[in-house]
Amino acid sequence: MKISREDVIRVAELAHLELSPEEIDLYRGQLDEILTYVGKLEELDVTAVEPVAQVLLKQQDDEHPELREDVPRPCDVAPAVLAQAADAAPPFFRVPKVIDR
Amino acid sequence: MSAAAPWTIASVRSALKARKISARELTSDFYARIDERNPELNAFLTLSPERAFAQADRMDAAVASGEDLRPLAGVPLAVKDVISTKGIRTTCGSKILEHYVPPYDATSVERLEKAGAVILGKTNCDEFAMGSSNENSAYGPVRNPIALDRVPGGSSGGSAAAVAGGLAVVALGTDTGGSIRQPGAYCGIPALMPTYGRVSRYGLIAFASSLDRIGPFATTSEDAATVMSIIAGRDENDSTSALVPVGDYDAEIAKPLSGVRIGVPEDYFGEGLDSEVREKVQAGIALLERLGCKRIPLQMPHTDYAIATYYIIATAEASSNLARYDGVRYGLRVPGTTLGEMYRRTRERGFGAEVKRRIMLGTYALSAGYYDAYYLRAQKVRSLIARDFSDAFQKVDAIITPTAPTPAFRLGEKTADPLQMYLADIYTVTGSLAGVPGISIPSGKTKAGLTVGMQIFGRHFGEGRVLQLAHAFERAGGFAL
Repeated sequence: MKISREDVIRVAELAHLELSPEEIDLYRGQLDEILTYVGKLEELDVTAVEPVAQVLLKQQDDEHPELREDVPRPCDVAPAVLAQAADAAPPFFRVPKVIDR
Repeated sequence: MSAAAPWTIASVRSALKARKISARELTSDFYARIDERNPELNAFLTLSPERAFAQADRMDAAVASGEDLRPLAGVPLAVKDVISTKGIRTTCGSKILEHYVPPYDATSVERLEKAGAVILGKTNCDEFAMGSSNENSAYGPVRNPIALDRVPGGSSGGSAAAVAGGLAVVALGTDTGGSIRQPGAYCGIPALMPTYGRVSRYGLIAFASSLDRIGPFATTSEDAATVMSIIAGRDENDSTSALVPVGDYDAEIAKPLSGVRIGVPEDYFGEGLDSEVREKVQAGIALLERLGCKRIPLQMPHTDYAIATYYIIATAEASSNLARYDGVRYGLRVPGTTLGEMYRRTRERGFGAEVKRRIMLGTYALSAGYYDAYYLRAQKVRSLIARDFSDAFQKVDAIITPTAPTPAFRLGEKTADPLQMYLADIYTVTGSLAGVPGISIPSGKTKAGLTVGMQIFGRHFGEGRVLQLAHAFERAGGFAL
């Protein structure tokens, strides 16, 4: 078994997901099957292999500057952005109290 | 519109020029067709007639005043619902963004509209582009227009069905592990995943940032090339968009094929490949040979590890990208007494089963104690898969494979078994991990009348070559093999 019920509960906490007991059991079984399949990556010897995070940027970095000039530009999007929030008190987003005092 | 000959960019253009139809009439015709067929297909989630008719009227005014027509003047366009459209609801196929209206346009949308395209609406997709059948949409599955009991493929199933069903002339989709190419294969139309970085992703709602790409669906290779020539190129709002100059795709596709070396990797024709799909793709390769290509056998030995690699990397990135849906800034909020409770309740209610499953898998792969065993190892195997491609492109100009191991499967056939669903991506995820461009084009039909997709991979930024092969194949009758 690759993943236990306790692992699933811990991962759900990390991911801010509130799973029902049925979901915990379902995901435990399905993740276990997927991780068992993924175990085939252990067949390969990768000790001398460099990891890649992304395929092309490195080549580009060598030849081209990726960054534009740091010039301030007008950015007047706050009202449109705040209009999408469930609870906004412009210019802020409002959330449940985080700090007790 | 005539049911026999589907509209193309060129036929729209000549009809407008000759004043056989106005852009407004054409737009109305397409909406009438959508009204008629969409209840069955469920390809569109949101229609945008106000914006569409305003654009059509601008194009008609240009015709009336004798101005030169823009390259896509009046062309009806559908946009996958993970791509932002200012003022048009963009749900990502998720309940968590059910009422989200982006405050800006994606660069690809802005460029197409500037070129004259008419945005009809937003197309259905698997939630956050996670799926291979479109059955993970919170708004119901899309049906395949060529066989209504079958899936259209995923995740860009709505875009593929819209074009194949005659509800749009061209469409934008996105491809992370096969989400343009596989629906293209299942619905029987050309579908192009460009090179990583070729098309700006500004305004694309992220799934897996090292893999996500935007690309076109069309009914002809020519139309796919025309759309590419408009959306490709550097965008200063996307630092991952490439500075490499954009090719002249419309010119490149017309070049003759003689002497083009096509590689056929035996690793893509092994166990699990449907016999009719094998037969049709082999017939397609034979046609390319008759057109002057030289066939070269290849080995790509790490192909079999691609699904495992992909599902670790893509889910790890997804778990990070989807952390932003917490009820604070946009989308659904389910109240809670603490901030943490609000996050958890919002995400529990807003996300569907597959999205949660992938967030769980990705979080696990990145968590302390497992990072090296899963994520780091997958990144190393990704190097090996990319090397398979760079080695192959020393010997060949293009690589030909099946797009998917089977034709379109039945609705409900794989929903109970996530791993079986993932294996539908076995031939597409390799190119996703390597960053190369790939197109799926139709290569005939099975006895049951389902379309078979043939995939053509090219070198990085080799979209012109890929489209050239597709176009020659199409002109020689390959789509109807």
